[in-house]
Amino acid sequence: MSKTEAPEQRDDLGAAGEQLSTAPQEDAPNLPSLGVIGWLRWFWRQLTSMRVALILLLLLSLGAIPGSLIPQSNVDELKVQDFMDRHTTLGPLYDKLQLFDVYSSVWFSAIYILLFVSLIGCIVPRTWQFVGQLRGRPPGAPRKLTRLPAYTTWRTTAEPEQVHEAALALLKRRRFRAHTAAGSVAAEKGYLREAGNLIFHIALIVMLIAFAAGQLLKSEGGKLVMEGDGFSNTLSQYDDFKSGSLFDTDDLAPFHFTLDDFKGTYEKSGPNRGTPRTYRADVTYTEGADGPAKKKSIEVNKPLEVDGSKVYLIGHGYAPKVTVRDPKGKVAYEAAVPLLPIDQNGTATGAIKVLDGYKNKSGVKEQLGFNAFFVPTFAGEGKGQMFSQFPAPDFPVLALSAYHGSLGVDSGVPQNVYQLDTRKMKKFKDSQGELFKKRLLPGETMKLPNGAGSITFEKDLKEWATFQISQEPGSVWALAGAIAAIAGLAGSLFIQRRRVWVRAVRGADGVTVVEMAGLGRSESAKLPEELSDLAAHLHEKAPSAPDPDPDAHAVSASASDSEPDAVPAEGAEK
Amino acid sequence: MNLATTLAAEPNEDLAHISNVLIYSAMAVYLLAFFAHMAEWLFGSRSKVARTAAALTAGTAEAAAPAVTARAKGGTATLERPKVVTRSVTGARDVPDGPGAAAGDEKGDLYGRIAVSLTVLAFLLEFGGVLTRALSVRRAPWGNMYEFSITFSTVAVGVYLVLLALKKNIAWLGLPLVTTILLDLGLAVTVLYTSSDQLVPALHSYWLWIHVSTAIFCGAVFYVGFVATMLYLFRDSYETKLQNGGQPGRFATSVMERLPAAASLDKFSYRLNAAIFPLWTFTIIAGAIWAGDAWGRYWGWDPKEVWSFITWVAYAGYLHARATAGWKGRKAAYLALIAFGCWLFNYYGVNIFVTGKHSYAGV
Repeated sequence: MSKTEAPEQRDDLGAAGEQLSTAPQEDAPNLPSLGVIGWLRWFWRQLTSMRVALILLLLLSLGAIPGSLIPQSNVDELKVQDFMDRHTTLGPLYDKLQLFDVYSSVWFSAIYILLFVSLIGCIVPRTWQFVGQLRGRPPGAPRKLTRLPAYTTWRTTAEPEQVHEAALALLKRRRFRAHTAAGSVAAEKGYLREAGNLIFHIALIVMLIAFAAGQLLKSEGGKLVMEGDGFSNTLSQYDDFKSGSLFDTDDLAPFHFTLDDFKGTYEKSGPNRGTPRTYRADVTYTEGADGPAKKKSIEVNKPLEVDGSKVYLIGHGYAPKVTVRDPKGKVAYEAAVPLLPIDQNGTATGAIKVLDGYKNKSGVKEQLGFNAFFVPTFAGEGKGQMFSQFPAPDFPVLALSAYHGSLGVDSGVPQNVYQLDTRKMKKFKDSQGELFKKRLLPGETMKLPNGAGSITFEKDLKEWATFQISQEPGSVWALAGAIAAIAGLAGSLFIQRRRVWVRAVRGADGVTVVEMAGLGRSESAKLPEELSDLAAHLHEKAPSAPDPDPDAHAVSASASDSEPDAVPAEGAEK
Repeated sequence: MNLATTLAAEPNEDLAHISNVLIYSAMAVYLLAFFAHMAEWLFGSRSKVARTAAALTAGTAEAAAPAVTARAKGGTATLERPKVVTRSVTGARDVPDGPGAAAGDEKGDLYGRIAVSLTVLAFLLEFGGVLTRALSVRRAPWGNMYEFSITFSTVAVGVYLVLLALKKNIAWLGLPLVTTILLDLGLAVTVLYTSSDQLVPALHSYWLWIHVSTAIFCGAVFYVGFVATMLYLFRDSYETKLQNGGQPGRFATSVMERLPAAASLDKFSYRLNAAIFPLWTFTIIAGAIWAGDAWGRYWGWDPKEVWSFITWVAYAGYLHARATAGWKGRKAAYLALIAFGCWLFNYYGVNIFVTGKHSYAGV
């Protein structure tokens, strides 16, 4: 799929100018008068023509644009929902047009599938043609070498056969494919251009298939792990999980890891104070069901690779450890509770739910609930706000408000673990009758009103990290395709395919006349340079004959049939 | 993190300050170079060459000249290299390149040389600015748009100077390049400025060196190609007008006839775009590999990814169009302009107007 030579040039040169590439010839759009077969043929020819391929390419880039400007549901479902809520007329229209799923939409798929069909329809015949060219020989010299883009001639004392022999040897030494045919030497070089071109386009198809296979076979899940806790790669352990339609849960690689430590560092001063600088999760992992334990640090750009799966560090947050005691001082609940960050500085919210183990003063079983609000770095008493000032735990404060009653977890409706459903709960009240709440420093205890027990914010503040565990089988093929594509592209753009002919004929006066000509693509400035270099070498073997005519133009006058537009090539004579 | 690394992570304020001073100095020198180029063009307008018009309208005047073929010195068989003659491609206009901005005017030529010297000086200053910026933070200086912009213009000028040093016919690029470099730097120091600082964790990767450096280099070369394409379009309409017997305005004639022929400009921009296209492909693939490590998927239609893809497809379209009958010439050139527009939007538009995974500190 690259250059097509100007048709005039082909006509001019006959077979010699043909197939310098295998690019398809463009034919004018003429409507067929044949039946169904004719129409199909016509349609196929149109589809595989360069013009239509070009239009499809442009459509593909146009079609990709809306996906970057309109929220996409595979990237951010919430944004799509938000957009739908704000645009009541545009939203449903966009939805109908699949503008929230551009890259898997029918119309986008149609464009690229047509493009790839067109591509295959183009490269299959071209590959056969190229194989044919490789098995054949370079075409013989055209009758009039003077018509070629680069031309040179001189008279020599050598015999025509000697010149041909020397030319053949010279061209073969320069790695041309050369042979003698019909009284001239024909040579061609730069087949790698076409090979590169074909490899590039085939590599694109490989990449597309690899990408599609990856989408169908991939799996991707998220898991929040607290320091000290572990994760085993089975479906039930995931917090959320999605997979391609051909994915089988048995394909999950059996491995296990434990989060030993999470460490985040942040910019301490300057305008970017609080910007994260490093995140590191130290894990111990085992491969297979019972492999040896290994240690590894997972960082943002350094996922853990186990058995074809990759474990990425995605997010982090704090999990304050709390202890809840009943009125008798017995420990009813003791756990580190992960809270969800709501801003860049680590301000986090969540809920502490004491499901069982608590009995109130009258000895009746009851459930407790606390709304938790945590800041790793508190602004200070009386600073007017509760939001964190810095993401590291320099001055951690936990604010709690307390409820008792039923948490409503038995209703069968799945509940958000980070939110408290207070519909069936009663507030603990302070002396003014307001909701009982308190800010705690590490180690401090909040006593519930009327001796209902207590909750302690332990000094042992834990961190948690979220991990994404993905499996994407096609990626090796995609990478191989990508590398092949670059190599092929470089070959097809940097290598020149060109032909050289040498013809030596005994003139009327018995002196041999050597003619050399080169044919390449119009872009090539190197062609005349190369021809000049070849001619210089050949000239050594076949030196100029003494000129019988003082007028140096004698040869040229006969050789050139008045070419008006002949100009010396740039760099051709040095 | 131990103490030593903590210290190393602190940006060196002195070096950052030196970097800023160097960038401002480079801008001042570019401004002088801009004036020198203006003088070059002004003085050059005094010379009345009108070669293009002559070549296009005289038409057959040159036809009588014989096609020069090879000849050897009479008498002795000296080893003189046989001369090669070339025929231009069928259908192409055979117009000689313009004489350049100075057009042979002595004063204009002098100012042209001054302008190039000043550009070299400004380039060195700017390069120093980028280098000290990098040293002040001890990392690749491509962490935000300010750093990207100053590196981008340094590389674009570098490409221009290298082509000049290789004796390519590219002096005509001087004025438009210096003008836009000033614009780029002006934007960088006013709107995009970010004080030197460390990187967010997502950028801690050796892929930053590979992916971003090639992206900047591609952008710089695409940009030079873009300028050539623009000038090609102007020059081409000028030549067409002359060919059809029209008479372009005096100013247009004065400027246009000093530029290279439309065919040369077209070829030049094609070569640049074609040469850099494989590297752009590599940039996207390197980005995908990095994304695979950083975000858990190698391709996820993030806005930046989408626009790199669009840019890639647009340039691929241009390369194909240039080989397709009915699309050659101006139509292909418009595609090249659109392709560069996509690149530009990918850089400014996506960073500023669209939120995606490529949004980092300080824009």
